[in-house]
Amino acid sequence: MMSTYRIHGATGEWEVVIGLEVHAQVTSNAKLFSGAATAFGAEPNAQVSLVDAAMPGMLPVLNRECIRQAVRTGMAIEAQINRWSRFDRKNYFYADLPQGYQISQLYHPLVGEGSLAIEADEKAGIAEDKLIGIERIHVEQDAGKLMHDQHPTMSYVDLNRSGVALMEIVSRPDMASPAEAGAYLRKLRAILRYVGSCDGNMEEGSMRADVNVSVRKAGEPLGTRTETKNVNSVRFVMQAIEHEARRQVEVLEDGGRIVQETRLFDPGSGTTRSMRSKEDAHDYRYFPDPDLLPLELDQAFLDECRASLPELPDAKRRRYESELGLSSYNAAVLTAEVETARWFEALLLASATAQGKPPAELAKQAANWLISELFGALNKAGHALEDSPVTPERGAELLALVGKGTISGSIAKQVLETMLETGDAPAAIVEREGLVQESDTGAIEAAVDEVLAANPEKLAEYRGGKDKLFGFFVGQVMRAMSGKANPQVINEVLKRRLG
Amino acid sequence: MSDLTQLGVRAIRDGVAGGEFSAREVAEACNAAVAEAGALNAFIVTTPERALEAADRADSARSAGETLGPLAGVPIGMKDLFATRGVQTTAASHILEGFVPQYESTVSQRLWDAGAGMLGKLNLDQFAMGSSNETSYFGNVSSPWRRAGSNAALAPGGSSGGSSAAIAARLCPAATGTDTGGSIRQPAAITGICGIKPTYGRCSRWGIVAFASSLDQAGAMARSVEDCAIMLEAMAGFDPKDSTSIDMPVPGWTKALDASLAGKRVGIPREYRMDGTDAAIVASWDQGIAWLKDAGAEIVDISLPHTNYALPAYYIIAPAEASSNLARYDGVRYGLRDLPAGANLQDMYAATRAAGFGEEVKRRVLIGTYVLSAGYYDAYYTQAMKVRTLVARDFIDAWARCDVILAPSTPNAAFALGEKLADPLAMYLNDVFSVPASLAGLPAMSVPAGLDEAGLPLGLQLIGQPFDEQGVLDAALAIEQRAGFTAKPERWW
Repeated sequence: MMSTYRIHGATGEWEVVIGLEVHAQVTSNAKLFSGAATAFGAEPNAQVSLVDAAMPGMLPVLNRECIRQAVRTGMAIEAQINRWSRFDRKNYFYADLPQGYQISQLYHPLVGEGSLAIEADEKAGIAEDKLIGIERIHVEQDAGKLMHDQHPTMSYVDLNRSGVALMEIVSRPDMASPAEAGAYLRKLRAILRYVGSCDGNMEEGSMRADVNVSVRKAGEPLGTRTETKNVNSVRFVMQAIEHEARRQVEVLEDGGRIVQETRLFDPGSGTTRSMRSKEDAHDYRYFPDPDLLPLELDQAFLDECRASLPELPDAKRRRYESELGLSSYNAAVLTAEVETARWFEALLLASATAQGKPPAELAKQAANWLISELFGALNKAGHALEDSPVTPERGAELLALVGKGTISGSIAKQVLETMLETGDAPAAIVEREGLVQESDTGAIEAAVDEVLAANPEKLAEYRGGKDKLFGFFVGQVMRAMSGKANPQVINEVLKRRLG
Repeated sequence: MSDLTQLGVRAIRDGVAGGEFSAREVAEACNAAVAEAGALNAFIVTTPERALEAADRADSARSAGETLGPLAGVPIGMKDLFATRGVQTTAASHILEGFVPQYESTVSQRLWDAGAGMLGKLNLDQFAMGSSNETSYFGNVSSPWRRAGSNAALAPGGSSGGSSAAIAARLCPAATGTDTGGSIRQPAAITGICGIKPTYGRCSRWGIVAFASSLDQAGAMARSVEDCAIMLEAMAGFDPKDSTSIDMPVPGWTKALDASLAGKRVGIPREYRMDGTDAAIVASWDQGIAWLKDAGAEIVDISLPHTNYALPAYYIIAPAEASSNLARYDGVRYGLRDLPAGANLQDMYAATRAAGFGEEVKRRVLIGTYVLSAGYYDAYYTQAMKVRTLVARDFIDAWARCDVILAPSTPNAAFALGEKLADPLAMYLNDVFSVPASLAGLPAMSVPAGLDEAGLPLGLQLIGQPFDEQGVLDAALAIEQRAGFTAKPERWW
């Protein structure tokens, strides 16, 4: 089914056609063609080899790990892996480009046709699951960085990024709304993180997108597109599309035409502006890099790449539903980010050990706790899951206390908050604060009797048919026992007394 | 004691090892010869202290009874295209004037490791672009040779013209060269010395200022075939820092040298009989055929049908690669920076490159930029690459009929300085016999064959199969033994 997203112009409705070129920095200790390090945030020019600075006579040597990561990424989007590929030089002059050319792959990319599925999201206007085509992934060098704020009349050059390996992941123009583009980017980022080929940190620049947008009336051929460069967050990409599509509709409806051009996104205003048109675009004079041999991959290399791939989000989600019996919502939440899935699986494993039960039996409890308790509590405490003070093992201890009936679910919430504050083990907190659940029938019977005696009117109403008051009595008993009573036992006793 | 500067690599090494003279004596003799030869302008920078240091190391190693390297005590010249740590490396350009690398090229390092010492950095055509050494920013080199009865200055060939002149003038027993389209063989031929360019990939390109990456190859220049073999053995070898380096062991070429060519077939390419070739060159070629027959070889007529297209293809491919390789000289990080008042980045590039590159370099950068441009790429670059494949295939077909090919090295003997400078095409034609082997990446060598009627040296070229440097050296040795070339330039400098 087609997207229902439309720009409502003066002359009618316009469809939007979107393609994304994502530049993803390959996770690797060394650069694509030199041994220099790649860590983010180093002192300017601290990670620059002779090759990166393009000293005379320096030669590139391909870093196999970068190729391995790109191949694994290609496999994760079920793309064709080209066993023969080649590097080309893209020639242009700029102060952040020491060689005067970027080594890239124009004619023979490493990875060919693949695809990625985005899920239906009614709230976002994505009516059903949709497959987005990926045309290619090629590997190339990043450029350095110019700093214009260090000196009143001069610009400084930082070459730390110069030569860092990038994957350029080029989609088909298969997206029809900002929401679809956002979903595509999030899914792509999730896959990159699952595979471990890119950390996906858009704010650090290790993932950024060039956004191609055109508009057309339904049924008409593709319009002229513009390319908005280097947009560095999912939200900005969606904003850039929204703005650019509206701008194009306005131009066209005013009788103008769209020029094929490169544009820049201004995050402050959420708008795009022209950078250069195709007419004054560079002639990059691509030609095969004579310093490098064609890249040929053997079967053993490909086999290792495939064998080292982890379970990917779609497969994991299906397994959580079928094997663990999780709801499709919970499965989707737990698999959306690799960190969440890892946390969940560690929690489940530790729970199974702690409670001596098969994971499938504990999965729902663990999933519910993680999604409705831990996420909320972390959020409140200002933590992300990655830096949670509570480890999966501690979480499992807490769940085991609930599972064994040592504490109630509501006490568990209280214990979790203390765990987040102190980092203490749940058992120690329960012990220290005397939170052990009261399951002794005698004590609960006494409390029930007290509550019933203290509320004769409510008792009469209940007996008169107001069933809902059962919950009131449970709450009163629980309160009388400082929340520590076993709610099941309260239920049983109350039923007996009232029945 | 005889004049040590007259000795070759082998004689110096063995003399030092045998205690006939000290390495220091050799280095001092060569340093003196270099110092007296300013008129030749063969060196851009001299490094007498480096030569002495290496000599002293060789001498003390010998007195300590240590094993000496294959070049221990041998002072050599280093073409100024090789990066040398702590010593200015310019590629004979203004744009790199004053550039002192913090690194040592793989090939030069291997030579120092073998015990050689450096007399200095040898002049060359700017960025190795030229056949006469007239494009150097540091002034042309003069050949030590002169035509009989003339004082006119002659070109020493190029681009390794500092190397050829220095060796022919007995300033050094050997030197490095680089060969992209003939830059070792042509200057060797016209100065009466030997020069070998190995199979592409034998010598690491790491640390050599790049001209055309798919063609550039370091090689050895000396006054005898054996000396070339000794040098090349030290220079060659796999280098993981160069992706086009070949991971193969270096054979013991020197030890295996064998001038008997019984059972060998020598191909004579009919397409190399070109109009415009000097009669003396043709005659020396015929003489070479007779010598090789005498050495036991079978002479076979072969065809290399695409020979005529090799030169035009070369003058597309080499400038294309050069236009990109030279983009790094932009005034941003090292070398010359010309920053006119109020200039922006583009202005700085333009001013720096206008001031820093010579005319020939600019010409080739422009040609290269043009042939890679949108709309011209297929007509020029792609077409030239197809021709390159066909030229290489010609040789593959020829190897079915012969083991080594004999051809002239150059279409003429040494020409006068200034004679061809105004006519780039005439200059480019000097590479006509050397370029096909370069395009095919084959080992090739020039060896002296005799003198023309003006008393100028002529060279013959041997072209071998990939990795068969031995076949090339053996055939060259057979010619060397029969040519008995002992002529040397009369000293006028």
